[in-house]
Amino acid sequence: MDNAEHMQLIYVILAAAVATFLTRIGGYVMITQMKRIPPRMEAALNAVPAAVLSTLVAPAFFSGGWEVALAMLVALAVGLRFSSLWMLLAGWLVVMAIRHVLI
Amino acid sequence: MTKDDFWQGVRGGFPVMVSAAPFGALFGALAVDNGFSVFDAVFMSATVYAGASQMVGLELFGHNVQPWLIILSIFAVNFRHILYSASIARHIRHFSGVQKFFAFFLLVDPQYAETEKRAERGEPVTFAWYLGFGLVIYLPWQLMTLLGAIFGQMIGDPKAIGLDVLLPIYFMGLVLGFRKRDNWLPVVAVSSLASIAAMHFVGSPWHVSIGAIAGILLAACLPLSKRHEEPVTLEHEV
Repeated sequence: MDNAEHMQLIYVILAAAVATFLTRIGGYVMITQMKRIPPRMEAALNAVPAAVLSTLVAPAFFSGGWEVALAMLVALAVGLRFSSLWMLLAGWLVVMAIRHVLI
Repeated sequence: MTKDDFWQGVRGGFPVMVSAAPFGALFGALAVDNGFSVFDAVFMSATVYAGASQMVGLELFGHNVQPWLIILSIFAVNFRHILYSASIARHIRHFSGVQKFFAFFLLVDPQYAETEKRAERGEPVTFAWYLGFGLVIYLPWQLMTLLGAIFGQMIGDPKAIGLDVLLPIYFMGLVLGFRKRDNWLPVVAVSSLASIAAMHFVGSPWHVSIGAIAGILLAACLPLSKRHEEPVTLEHEV
């Protein structure tokens, strides 16, 4: 990263910090201003995290190589029953086993 | 009394801190892997202080996504906090302005959940308790980021130790965590497919916003579940 890029990173982090703080104070401000949230808007807001995060998962399944795809499938199966720490461990073990033992 | 409350908060937050610590270290290591310096990593943990969105931010920064989209994505991932702060408003009404500032800054998921639980049990939500609970998570989060970042610097090829697989799986875990929500499966399916298609036809940074917008629009258009039929009044919750 050169200097200009690094300064940009610092600005992005600062802006992200402000944006995050706005979400943390936003509900408090809103509740003293606004009487109701329209139900369709609430439904849309409820979908935001799953929608955004899915776009970070799905493409990686196809672009990371077959061992990453397999690790993600195993992690998905683990994640249906166990916490995300176990998902990470299972997926990591699959990738490491394939990269260092099979290949 | 105040001192007791503070230490009660510290004890309550301790298990949360232990379970969050590996993620702090993971963030530090991945941040360095994505081109952050050790300082940048700790700077982000200290100012943004929202694990999932920090991961999203460094993933997008690593892909040279436009700054506005990075900030918007972090905003979107953290959007749930708006509901938290609306909901705890009734419990922290007695805090002073400065206390409210710190309270909102420290408002992470477990902080919200514990504040609600404490209020439900009828125990007083004092600032001392809130601060004790918050700091025992906040301060180690910085230390773990630092340790993770220093460790990350020593790694030559992140692929050789399997670091590259951790972020997508971490995000997958977050997606799964929302699976109780209305229309979760259709939203995830549509956002996934749209992002893959957008990645293919439009190109890298845009697949995030295109995929996200597709899922959000779908959620807004799908039939509303029963509990949404009545317009939700925030007021009666207060």
